[in-house]
Formats: sequence, structure tokens, C-alpha cells
Amino acid sequence: MASIVSMADIEATAKGLGIDLSAVNLDSITLPPGEDFGIKSDDDEDLYHEEALELEAGFGNVIVVDNLPVIPLEKFEKLEGVIRKIYGQIGTIREGGFWMPVNPETKKTLGYCFIEYNTSQDAKSAKENTNGYKLDKSHIFAVNLFDEIEKYMKIPDEWTPAEIKPYAPGENLQKWLTDEKARDQFVIRAGPFTEVFWNDPRQLMPELVYRRQYWTESFVQWSPLGTYLATVHRQGAAIWGGASTFNRLMRFAHPQVKLIDFSPGEKYIVTYSSHEPSNPREKHWVLLNFFDLRTGKLMRDFRGNADDFVSGSSNVTGVSWPVFRWGGGREDKFFARLGKNVISVYETETFTLIDKKSLKVENVADFTWSPTDPIIACFVPELGGGNQPARVSLIQVPSKEEMRQKNLFNVSDIKMYWQNNGEYLAVKVDRHTKTKKSTTTGFELFRIKERDIPIEVLELENKNDKIVAFAWEPKGHRFAIIHGDGPRPDISFYSMRTAQNVGRVSKLATLKSKQANALYWSPAGRFLVLAGLKGFNGQLEFYNVDELETMATGEHFMATYIEWDPTGRYCATSVTSVHEMENGFHIWSFNGKLLYRIPKDQFYQFLWRPRPPSLLSPEKEEEISKNLKKYSKKYEAEDQDVSLQLSEQDRKKRKMIQEEWDQWVAQWKKLHEEEEQLRLALRDGEASDEEEEYEAKEVEGEEVIDVTEEIVDSDEDQD
Amino acid sequence: MRPILMKGHERPLTFLKYNREGDLLFSCAKDHNPTVWFADNGDRLGVYRGHNGAVWCCDVSRDSRRLITGSADQTVKLWDVQSGTQLYSFNFDSPARAVEFSVGDKLAVITTDPFMGQTSTIQVKRISRDPNEQVGDSILTIKGPQGRINRAVWGPLNKTIISAGEDAVIRLWDSETGQLLKESDKETGHQKTVASLVKSSDGSHFLTGSLDKSAKLWDSRTLTLIKTYVTERPVNACDISPLLDHVVIGGGQDASAVTRTDHRAGKFEAKFFHKILEEEIGGVKGHFGPINALAFNPDGRSFSSGGEDGYIRLHHFDSDYFTIKM
Repeated sequence: MASIVSMADIEATAKGLGIDLSAVNLDSITLPPGEDFGIKSDDDEDLYHEEALELEAGFGNVIVVDNLPVIPLEKFEKLEGVIRKIYGQIGTIREGGFWMPVNPETKKTLGYCFIEYNTSQDAKSAKENTNGYKLDKSHIFAVNLFDEIEKYMKIPDEWTPAEIKPYAPGENLQKWLTDEKARDQFVIRAGPFTEVFWNDPRQLMPELVYRRQYWTESFVQWSPLGTYLATVHRQGAAIWGGASTFNRLMRFAHPQVKLIDFSPGEKYIVTYSSHEPSNPREKHWVLLNFFDLRTGKLMRDFRGNADDFVSGSSNVTGVSWPVFRWGGGREDKFFARLGKNVISVYETETFTLIDKKSLKVENVADFTWSPTDPIIACFVPELGGGNQPARVSLIQVPSKEEMRQKNLFNVSDIKMYWQNNGEYLAVKVDRHTKTKKSTTTGFELFRIKERDIPIEVLELENKNDKIVAFAWEPKGHRFAIIHGDGPRPDISFYSMRTAQNVGRVSKLATLKSKQANALYWSPAGRFLVLAGLKGFNGQLEFYNVDELETMATGEHFMATYIEWDPTGRYCATSVTSVHEMENGFHIWSFNGKLLYRIPKDQFYQFLWRPRPPSLLSPEKEEEISKNLKKYSKKYEAEDQDVSLQLSEQDRKKRKMIQEEWDQWVAQWKKLHEEEEQLRLALRDGEASDEEEEYEAKEVEGEEVIDVTEEIVDSDEDQD
Repeated sequence: MRPILMKGHERPLTFLKYNREGDLLFSCAKDHNPTVWFADNGDRLGVYRGHNGAVWCCDVSRDSRRLITGSADQTVKLWDVQSGTQLYSFNFDSPARAVEFSVGDKLAVITTDPFMGQTSTIQVKRISRDPNEQVGDSILTIKGPQGRINRAVWGPLNKTIISAGEDAVIRLWDSETGQLLKESDKETGHQKTVASLVKSSDGSHFLTGSLDKSAKLWDSRTLTLIKTYVTERPVNACDISPLLDHVVIGGGQDASAVTRTDHRAGKFEAKFFHKILEEEIGGVKGHFGPINALAFNPDGRSFSSGGEDGYIRLHHFDSDYFTIKM
């Protein structure tokens, strides 16, 4: 924004020019088009990046194919046939849209041709799909868009060394981790505001870090390690972060962006937009961009028909996000997408397919990556009415070797759950009976880290129980299942070990008849929140799985969303604007004590800021937990200080409020007495202000004659 | 605390008022019939028949002889409390919303709704001791605020009139000249319709409840904002305890938006707040519709609430209520 002109300045200028300002209707003035009077708009830069209108008249739909064989005229038609066959598959070639120039002297072709499509999308996909196409050994196609010729012409012939910019030290983007009180941050969106807070459980309230109105146009998202906060706008996505406050670090231009996804190691960001057709004849196409997060460079884009990006098992209405799933842990080495009969695995060094080939898996319905290793687990459903069994395979990347495979019969559906350290994979198998009238559920448990990957089958005691929820203990060997048919399901805990044998699964406990339909493990393991969301109105049970006991129960009425903080010390429950009433969030301690409640109208989002993994070695962590007393002393002392300070503050504040109030009361009393005679007159002399005294007496005169207790159902008069 | 349920109205309650001694409770509802009850045991004493529309508000004179009621049938009626006979009927061109007797019961302030192109008004009528001498002329008419004026009450010594309504602004008027003396601040004041306004027992301060989910305490003479009580529900009704430093706030989700899932969803509790610390003390459940009316007994030992559900719930406080420590 340039300088802001104040009204006083305008008046002064008007005076100087001899204009009577009051006679001028400021609203009626229109600026000449294109003139900005030196006032630069914030948006301009972005607006001009928006896609130029695609005109039919341009050359956007023409491609140039190089490296064709040079042939005499006799073979012209044969070559044309071949080329038309290749390029006719991609899109309709316009009538008269093929032109292969011929050298009039040698009567031979020049080794290139022009092809004009009906749309520029076809041209683009032709370029993407056939650039590098091998016609034979010596003829590898080089395909370019006609419009790009100008771009290539501009490249200077001589190489000039790139200018090296001096190194400017960046901010410490992880400053928030060095908070002295070791607090965690969270972001909320409510009304037009997006706010980042410290969770300050000692003060029993959040402390504002940063607040901004209209920060994002749809949602915000933390990056997986918490370094960045992403916002989404009409023109693209932006990431924010910094040492002291939230500065804009990078922008990623992508008009109409709908969804974003970070790579697990925060190297890349993927943006997605879908362009619905305005009329049914046009195609519904989608665009995905891969950007380098630090440089903002566009690494690769994928565009195409929406149908191609809707993967096997997902619903009809849209793509299942993320379309590209990141694999191989935090190295950000691979990403993959489900296609028809293939899984396309790309690597990020070149952003191309590994071995230039997709992984062929006939009829693949779903796949998942191991969260830590480059291993893909994929599921192929039953085929041929049960003649060919369903299959779950583990495939190593980039070697594409099958590590383990399991055939399963009578399968109707499969769901895969990885433990977050990639040690175990649980496959939930829904089987139907021969008549297909009823289904039963069992689990196949893979031990990924053990030799030959042993598989164990786990069946519930009642095979007909429905599985409501399944969750692995983070970093642990236990898992919890909510199962049952009725309105009050049971919850069972299992361990992948028994007391004697580390290779056997065992049941730890079953809790009967709980009002729960969702499981939330603490990120540190051991503790678990059993939540009854939606139909159960927000019942919460904080459970300790080590001791197998309930620590506390609570309720956040109508709660819709639950998230543990990244350290597992606190848990946030919130009611978002899907409900009209009660919007806001509650913060609980890990053991189920309600710490504070913040009501917020129009509450949209609550997200804890993730933390990167601890830098401490496992030995060091063990040492700390052994000598916990030594370390905790310092914090306990701090806690005590704070609580003393708080109660001191609180007392002072209360005293102040009370004094303030007493002043009011004294003033009122004085005025009341002053006005007594006047009031008496208004009431025709009737003695007036005796109410107060009469009340005071009654307080003293209280006497308990008889106390009987009866239990009364206070709800009996309702409904 | 076991409430006494008083089922006499067939439609939602709109207003509750105790007489000065606290032995009678007057209730208004949308069913046309203001009713008087024994405030101790909830027995019905009688009904005032004559209105032909919802009754929005009432007031009772200091000597408990006269009742004034304002109704959507475009009349304000004076009644003999004891016999139930109608003494006089003021006629208006639009529904009457709020009524209150002045100190000394010689004047009454009445507000009328905007209706068929007419703006809302605040009017002052003279009340004669002898009903036969009663005349219908207004001695003062104030126009100006936009939208309904939900409440108008007398300031100290009848010198001012305090009004509040749909435009969320609290206004202080000179009751002699009709001049606007003061307006509440837009920033710190209510953001949505003010649904109720009640004075403290000595008239020195008053409490307003608003659909912006808060109630605010103001100084009657200077219109200074003193306290704000924030809750999670739109506030339809509120009152100040005459005995302890408590206020009670009631309301709930709008009746048209009430969910069928759970009665707790609507927040139909009456919530008690500490008047000075602005902290919530507790709540009283029971209604299965929004609370439209609340009133403390002048002795502060019981209170009653009236709901959209048509019930009046009369609560006598348990002994431990009086020993609550904050």
C-alpha cells in the first residue's frame, strides 16, 4: 500500500486549487481506466497471474513433433498414418490439422510435423504423454507446444554463470519449540478471525500469539512437523511461520485451489483444484501442482480428466484426498497414486515414474504406504465370483519386489491400519458367508519388522460383532477396538505380545457396554480417550491402558472433534459450527480433568501445532524417565510459583472488583437517601424504603425444624 | 430444590411479576389471560379475562390493588387485582409491548410496536386513583428508535425513562420533555436485540438481557456499563436477586430452531451468576423450551421461571443456596 491520503490533505489541496470541496460529489468521480495514481493494490500481482483466457484463435492447441524420420515422398502417407494413429488416441486432430513440411529441393521431409488439436488441454496432454516416445531406436520424439517456441528462442546462445545471491540468514522457524514453559500452540478459526494461541494450562487459559482477520479463504493447515501454517486463497496457497510472529514465507500460485497436502518431511506441497464443467459437453478436469516448499518452484504438475484421478474404491462425487500419497517416511522420496489396474509410483529426484513404468496390479482397489518405510500394502478384491481370491500384498519400493502376500476368501471389504512406527499392519477383513446374508469380521496382523513377516489371524469372540473403530497405540504394541452391534458397544484392548512370548497376540481387557464410537490414543501412548461423538452427545472416558482403569469420565456436550496435543499432555474437544449451539472448545488434561472452556461462536477449526520428532536418543529418553523425580522438581517448583502467584493475583483482582462494586453501592446508597424525601412526596407521604430492613431481619431468623431427604427424579416432569 | 409446576397457561409464557410483598405472582402468556398465583404454594388465585391477544407485559401497583397489562390486541388494560374486573382500557393503533407504573403509581409508561407503517412509540399515561376519572390521553409520546422497543422502565424519581429493544441500544430519555439524554455505546453495548430489562430493587442499577448471549448491568442514572455476564445461550429473560449478589439469566435456542435430539441442546437452564465477579454459580434445569420470563421473589428466597413450554416453575431455594461461597 502506498501512502494513505487523509481527508485533511484533500481539503488543503482543494483549497489550493480554489475548489469548493462541498460542491464535489466524491463518489461520482471515476478514475480513468488503467490509472492507479501510484497506489499499488495488494492483489494486482496475484490477479495478473490468473490464467489468460484461452482463445480458439491462438496456437495453444498446436504441438510440434521433432525427431521424426526423414523420408522420401513415397513413404509420406505411411508415416502420416503412423503419426495420426499415435496422436489421434490422445484427442481429436482438427480437420487439416496435420502438416509435415517437405523440402522442395530434396523432396524429403524435414523430420518434424505440426499437429493441431481441438483444445489446448489435448495439446498439453499430448506433449506430456508422447515427449520421449520411442518410434524406433534412432527416433525419439521431442514434442513441444507451438506457443513455447518463443520461450525457447529467447534463451541466449551463450551460457552466463548464474548470479549468486549473498546468503541471507533466515529466521529460526522452529522458535516456538524453545518456549520456556514448554507450551504447545494451536490455531483456531472462529468467525472471520484466525488465531494462534499458546495453550497455557497453568493460567487455565490460552495466550494469544497472533490473530488476523480474513487470513484464509477456506481453511488453514499445519505442515506435518509444525514449521508452517498454510492458508488457502483464490489465487493459491501461502505458508506462514517465523521466529516471533507469523510472516508470509512463500506463496504458491494455483488459481481456485481447493485442497493442499504437505509431504511428510515438509519438502514439498501439493495443491489441487478441480474445474467443474459449465456445460455437460466439456470435461471435468483437475490440476495438481507439486511445489518445492522452500524455493516455491513448481516441480511437476499433473492435469487431466477428473475420472482418471478418481481412484478405484473412492466415491463418485470427487477424488479421495490426497490423490498422491507420500511414502517412505520423512525422506519424501516417493509418492504414489492409484490408477486403473496400476499403482503409479513416482520418485522426487526427477518427479517421474520409477523405472518409467507404473506398478501393474490387476484390479487393485486400495493401497497404503507404511508410515516409515518405502513399503506399499495393496488390496485386490475377489474376482470372478470368488474363483480368484482377494489378496493383500506388501511391495517394496523402489525394487517393486513383493515381500509378502496373503490370499483371503469370501472377502467383501478390507481396511488397512498401519502402526505409526511401521512395525505392524492390521488388516480388517469383512467376510461374507456363502449366502452373502451376513458378514463377519476378523483381523490379519502383519509383523513387518520380523523375519519373513509372520501373519497372525485374530478373531473376535463374537465374530458377528461390527467393528466401529480400530486404533493402534502410537509407538506401541497395543491396539483398541470398539466392537458390537447394539447401541452400547464393547471395547477390547489387545497387545501384540504376551507376557512370555513377544510373537503372540493377546487380549488385555474388554470394557462392556460403553457409550463410545471413537478412539483417540495419546500420541505418547498409554492413555486413551473413548469418545461418544454425534449420537452419544460427547461422552468422554479417559482410560489408562497400562493399569487398565478408567481415570476419569467427562462430557463435552455435542462435541464433534477431538485432538490430543502433540506431547500427549492435553486433549482438546470442540464443537464446530456443524452445530448451531455450544460452539467452542474445552481443554482437558491427559487424565481427564477439565482445565478450561472457551466458547466461540461460528467455530470452524481447531488444530494443535504438530511438533517434529524428539531429538533425544531412546537411551537418553529412558534415562530421563528413570530419573524423572530429579527433572520434575524444577517444573513442580515452577508450578507452585505460578499457582501462588495466580492465587495472589486472583485475590488482588477480587479485592479490586469488590472495592469497585462497593463504591457503586455507596454512591447509590447516598443518592437513594438524598432522594428519600422526593420519593416520599411522589408516593403521597407513604413511608417508603422499609423493604431493605425487612429483608435483613429475615436472614437472621432462619431455623431448621425438620430435614427429610427424599430422592426425587428431577426429570420426571419432562417429556 | 423441588420446583412447583404451575400449569395454567395454554401458550408460551411472556412475563412474570411479583407484587411488593412477594405473596402474589402475576403471569402473562400468549393465551390472552393474565393470571395471578399464590407465590408460596403456586395455587391459582384468579384470571383476568378481557384481552383478545397475547399479553406481553404487566405491572402491579405498590399497594397491590391495580394491575396494568399490555397486549398484542392493541390495548393496555387496568384491572382491579382483587375482583378481576377491568377498570379501564387504553386503545392504541398497534400492539402494546411493555408497561410499567411509576414510583407513586400516578403514571405509567407504555411502549407500542411498529405496525402497519407506524413506528414504535414510548407513551406516558396518567393513572387516576379513581378509575372513573381515568382518561386515555398520553401526556408524552416519544418516537425515534427503530424496531420494537421491548422494555421501557422509569428511572430514579420518575425523572427519566430507560428503553431498550431490537436495535440493541439502551436509551435514557427525559420523562418530562421526551428528549434523548444518553445512548449506550455501540462497541461495548449489546450487539443484538435486547429482550429484557429489569431494575434492581432500589432502582439504582438495571440488568439487560440480549440475544447476543450476554446480560449487562448498567447504572440507571449515568447509563454506565458496570458488568457483563457472558453465557452460551441467547438471553430472553434475567433478574437481579434482591437478597444476594446474584443475577439469574435464562433463555435458550430460539423455539423455531430447537433440536429434537436432546433437551440439553437448547440450553434451557436458568443460569445463576455472581453479580460482582461475573462468574457462573450454577444452573437450574427443567424447562423443555426456552425460558421467556424470570423473576425473583422480593424476599430473594424463591424465584420463578416461565417458559415457551407453557409452564411456570416456582423454585424455593434450598438452605445451602444461601451459603454458597465464591
